[in-house]
Amino acid sequence: MNASKRLSDPRCYQVLVLGCLLAFGVTVLDFGIHWQNALAILVTAQAVQYLGTRLVGLARFDPLSALITSLSLTLLLRTDVIALAALAAVIAIGSKFLVRVRGKHVFNPANVALVSLMLVSDQAWVSSGQWGSAALGAFALSCLGFLVLTRAKRAETTIAFLLFYGGLLYGRALWLGDPLSIPLHQLQNGALLIFAFFMISDPKTTPDTAAGRILYAALVASIAFVIQFVFYVPNGPILALVMSAPVVPVIDALLQGTHYQWQQPQGVRQ
Amino acid sequence: MRVLVTVMTAILTVMITTTAQAFCGFYVAKADTNLFNQASQVVLVRDGNRTVITMANDFEGEADDFAVVIPVPTMIEREQINVGDRAVIEHLDAYTSPRLVEYHDPDPCMRFEIAERAFSDASLPASAKQLGQSARSRGVTIEAQYTVGEYDIMILSATQSDGLVTWLDENGYKLPRGAARIVGSYLKQDMRFFVAKVNLEEQAKSGYQYLRPIQVAYESNKFMLPIRLGTLNAKGKQELFVYALTRTGRVEATNYRTVKLPSNFDVPEFVEDEFADFYRAMFERQTKEHNERAVFLEYAWDMAWCDPCAADPLSAKELRSLGVFWLGDNGSAEQRIMPQPAQNVFVTRLHVRYDAEHFPEDLVFQETGDRQNYQGRYVIRHPWKGEASCDLTQYHAGVRERQEREAQQLANLTGWDIADIRDRITFAHGDTPEKEPWWKRLWN
Repeated sequence: MNASKRLSDPRCYQVLVLGCLLAFGVTVLDFGIHWQNALAILVTAQAVQYLGTRLVGLARFDPLSALITSLSLTLLLRTDVIALAALAAVIAIGSKFLVRVRGKHVFNPANVALVSLMLVSDQAWVSSGQWGSAALGAFALSCLGFLVLTRAKRAETTIAFLLFYGGLLYGRALWLGDPLSIPLHQLQNGALLIFAFFMISDPKTTPDTAAGRILYAALVASIAFVIQFVFYVPNGPILALVMSAPVVPVIDALLQGTHYQWQQPQGVRQ
Repeated sequence: MRVLVTVMTAILTVMITTTAQAFCGFYVAKADTNLFNQASQVVLVRDGNRTVITMANDFEGEADDFAVVIPVPTMIEREQINVGDRAVIEHLDAYTSPRLVEYHDPDPCMRFEIAERAFSDASLPASAKQLGQSARSRGVTIEAQYTVGEYDIMILSATQSDGLVTWLDENGYKLPRGAARIVGSYLKQDMRFFVAKVNLEEQAKSGYQYLRPIQVAYESNKFMLPIRLGTLNAKGKQELFVYALTRTGRVEATNYRTVKLPSNFDVPEFVEDEFADFYRAMFERQTKEHNERAVFLEYAWDMAWCDPCAADPLSAKELRSLGVFWLGDNGSAEQRIMPQPAQNVFVTRLHVRYDAEHFPEDLVFQETGDRQNYQGRYVIRHPWKGEASCDLTQYHAGVRERQEREAQQLANLTGWDIADIRDRITFAHGDTPEKEPWWKRLWN
């Protein structure tokens, strides 16, 4: 693969942006991310990716997607137990190879790992408040994320999710008679924006058609809202995504389109 | 009559206890909640969806003037309400306070006595019938009415926020302007209102000179503190201390940043006499630095121990009185001379300075799996002042450098003027760094 071809792969930008966010989180926001966890996630993810590639018999070992999953996990997963961090990487990458419907993996790797760990252990959690809600930070994050999305040419999932979820938040505030500073504050949550720009937007696990993706975004937003504001359980969006993922094959069956492929050299199939 | 949405205190004192030596260095002073004006203190015991909330009450006025209105997520039965012991909260405050370290002192003045909790009969006040009638006419339902300890308590629900606010107003609970909107929001979220006043007769019978904390136990997924009514208070920013007691680990806010206060650094010797000022100034600066939108972590520790201890860990009996329901009654432990450390209790102390502008939403919390210990700890290192049997020039130079570092750090943390700080430091033998010619350290 030549250099220009490689740079046109949107995943390169995604790695860059996630790397910058991680650096910002560690240095400025004092995330308390253990480097041992980061290393465990990184190494395990690549090892499982390599193993999966060999077992499934893919033509080429591609480290980039596993790297992105590692960065997402490092950003979002908090645990004091290094084995759980490694387990997260195993679940994330393992699910890509094991849970597939019609040639597509069903779950977003980082998402399914986060939810599994939160369900099985009380030693793993997501610190959704740790990004703060400074308007400027939210803005910067949106722009950076958008860069990735426009390269991936599948921005509608993110935009639709934010519009639906934002609409529900504003609707709730209007119904309750709350000041609009409340839904604004809720939307300025860094973890929510990371979810919208880097998790739900994953082109490999969203429906193949634009209409399907908008439908899917509306579904995730509605479930997230119900989890968060009807059942009062934190991390609504992350839970909603894992619950909605099995619907993607159904949407794809109804609205047929072409599977997304990351930039690949001719003749290579992932 | 004034409604206390927050509990008030106006005493500014530093507690400097008698000195005593211990293993882990010396403990000098603590920055307890008395340092802050108008501080409310809330203990939240949480496991699964079970919550026990204890609201400290340091109201210092005529008991007749006391009234409190608290939104609660569920209906509250009488057995779910209790009147607690102020001493236990004071002990928890002391145990979790940011500390100035030099020597250790288990506070000898601290009393661990648990007051007998008085449940009086749920006899309805004579005017109950009239109250009910006037309530119905306002669309307000008095779901329950209890007398617990020295408090007359009602659980209210309503169809209209205006009706509820008017009814409360007529019955001596004067809410601040703008409350109707917030009350309406809570009602639509299916919350009830817990309102309490002091029953003077019961208070006289109880013999307590002060009002004891009200405790409520309930089951709800909502792990939150309603602070929005408090932000209506015209007195500016409110100060809130939350002590969370959990089984698994540290508690943090999910809708605001939770920030650890700077800790474990050396401060100049004179801070010993001004620990309160130092801590207040540092807290003030930290809140500004985080755009006045952060929740600050002051302590996170396994309740079984401490190092150094600002006060002994709470006993199992004290913790149970605060509502730590997963601790069994351990009668034998109480008979031992030393109080047994409680297992499986993790304490988190959070400090929030809030107003409506920066904290538009109620505080929502989550329990994490983090059991790493954290404490606000500040260290004074006294230079050697005794007789010397060798040349101390080099030692003194080292001390001067350290003192200068401490001065700069203090200036950074508090925003105090560096020149003032240097003036107050007794630098080790030799010139103070600022009196040296500017070029002396330029190339050397």
